[in-house]
Amino acid sequence: MNHGKYRVIISFLVLPVLIYGVFVVSPYLQTFYISLTNWRGYSTNPPFIGFGNYTALFKDDVFWQALLHNGILLVVLPVAVIVMSLFFAFMLNAAGRKKGAIAGVPGSGIYRVVYFFPYVLSVAIVGILWVNIYNPINGLLNGFLKIIGLGHVQPTWLGDPNLAIWAVMAAMVWNFVGFYVVLFTAGMQSIPNEIYEAALLDGAGRAQTFFSVTLPLLWGNVQTSLVYMGILALDGFAIIQIMTNGGPNNSTQVIATYLYQTAFNYGQFGYASAMGVVLFLFTLILAAITLRVTRRDTVEF
Amino acid sequence: MTTTKSERKQNSAGAAATTGAGQGSRPSGTGGSGRAQKSRGAASGGPDGMLWVAQFALIIWALISTIPLLWAMVSSFKSNKEIVASPWSLPSRLNWDNFVRAWNEAHIGQYFLNTVVVVGGGVVLTMVFSAMAAYVFARYEFPGKRLLYYGFIAGMTFPVFMAVVPLFFVVKNLGMISTYHGLILVYVAYSLPFSVFFLTSFFKTLPVAVAEAAIMDGASHYRVFFSVMLPMAKPGLISIGIFNFIGQWNQYLLPLVLVPDESKYVLAQGLANLAVNQGYKSDISGLFAGLTIAILPILVVYVIFQRRVQAGMTAGAMK
Repeated sequence: MNHGKYRVIISFLVLPVLIYGVFVVSPYLQTFYISLTNWRGYSTNPPFIGFGNYTALFKDDVFWQALLHNGILLVVLPVAVIVMSLFFAFMLNAAGRKKGAIAGVPGSGIYRVVYFFPYVLSVAIVGILWVNIYNPINGLLNGFLKIIGLGHVQPTWLGDPNLAIWAVMAAMVWNFVGFYVVLFTAGMQSIPNEIYEAALLDGAGRAQTFFSVTLPLLWGNVQTSLVYMGILALDGFAIIQIMTNGGPNNSTQVIATYLYQTAFNYGQFGYASAMGVVLFLFTLILAAITLRVTRRDTVEF
Repeated sequence: MTTTKSERKQNSAGAAATTGAGQGSRPSGTGGSGRAQKSRGAASGGPDGMLWVAQFALIIWALISTIPLLWAMVSSFKSNKEIVASPWSLPSRLNWDNFVRAWNEAHIGQYFLNTVVVVGGGVVLTMVFSAMAAYVFARYEFPGKRLLYYGFIAGMTFPVFMAVVPLFFVVKNLGMISTYHGLILVYVAYSLPFSVFFLTSFFKTLPVAVAEAAIMDGASHYRVFFSVMLPMAKPGLISIGIFNFIGQWNQYLLPLVLVPDESKYVLAQGLANLAVNQGYKSDISGLFAGLTIAILPILVVYVIFQRRVQAGMTAGAMK
């Protein structure tokens, strides 16, 4: 049985481990070291400055602003996306009645396909599309306002420091709701119909069914989604970089865009890496909190 | 499970026929008894107020999901003048030259080709390497296995841009900046964590007996893998293939950092460059044509394979 076992193990693992080690593990580890240097990309032996970058970060207003925006994304995005997609998924799976049994509302099949459209587009394309939708002169949105008689309300959307971050967030919600509708649909379809039938016989309405049956049984999925959305909210690079590049006046700056600009526009690689490390710590803390907060007794069925 | 699914299918197909069965006129109260009555009324197939509100919300979101895409496609046939004049108007004639301009002058054709090469290579190599690693993790015991396995899995947790500065220099020192193979290898590396994780649990569900029987018959470990295990793992491989295809097609940050040479741009990067490029800003119809070229193929593939795509994309989150 074991003839040639190690030869197989080594020959199957050597390439994946090599590629993974060179392009993933080593960069992540190097980030820690580079963050302690004053590297600007020229010398091979950059000056070591200890925690200098970190103390500078601490005094950097833009960094704090970016962090605040990540925080806003972290709270608003998961709540908006998960509430909306739970509502839609419930409608598509358990709000209709068909011959006494629970089913989706009419047209569910079509909705499920259509809602996923925005998610199959690349994030960059979503960004470009929405820049044009928000365009104050020839954009879809202000054109719509004109049509419904609100021609005097013509916001500049992405040009307005107070509106820009919300406009970007709306595009993100648009991008992601469909994915979570499908995800929650898969979860809801694995809930046995008998449980719903029992609730129905006991006279439970839709809202009651949702809160007492669907949500508790779906809690595992909601928890996973929170983690995913959390990671997403800490990133947001492509869409923000394309839509606003962090502006106007850093009003949409997040760590990812600030890190990129610091490194590749200004060549401050050490400083940028320090941001990466801070974010690494945030990611760890976030994961720990999410797991704690959402821990509940899993309902078996 | 299967019966539920088919019931649901039936429902969405024949839903129109079941409405208007006479229960719709039943007054729906707000009290406890009214609620029971309401659900009983709905149980026999009639519509009720709550359902209409829900349908309204569902239709609004369906419009919000589709109108931006339709708008981009309609705009790609308009002239620049028409676009500026009114964003909601239809084109007076089909300006196919927008597409010609986008494809040739704006190099969308070149970017498209680059994307196909890189994503094609990336997806195939990801599938091969992750299947090999996952098979070893699922089937063999050896020292250091847990360390390696969790080393792979840890890569799922952290955002890519945290490592992007050193990654740029790693790729640069290997002389792979702005090369197909450089980008392919990086795509593969960052696709491995999830793919290995997913396929390892998949290989574990496959019966051991078949592999053992093949070994008894004198097949080598390699032969067992390629002739027995891989064909059995086909559904898992397809899921992971679709997942990585969409993921790698979606990449933006990695090419942005690793491909500064315009002739090697991928589609997303090239389009973003056009969108912000001052010189191109006056040719907004050309930009819409480029967007349409990027959107349409992926949308068509999705509509044809939507069940598989949805399963592939959500498979990871379900585990």
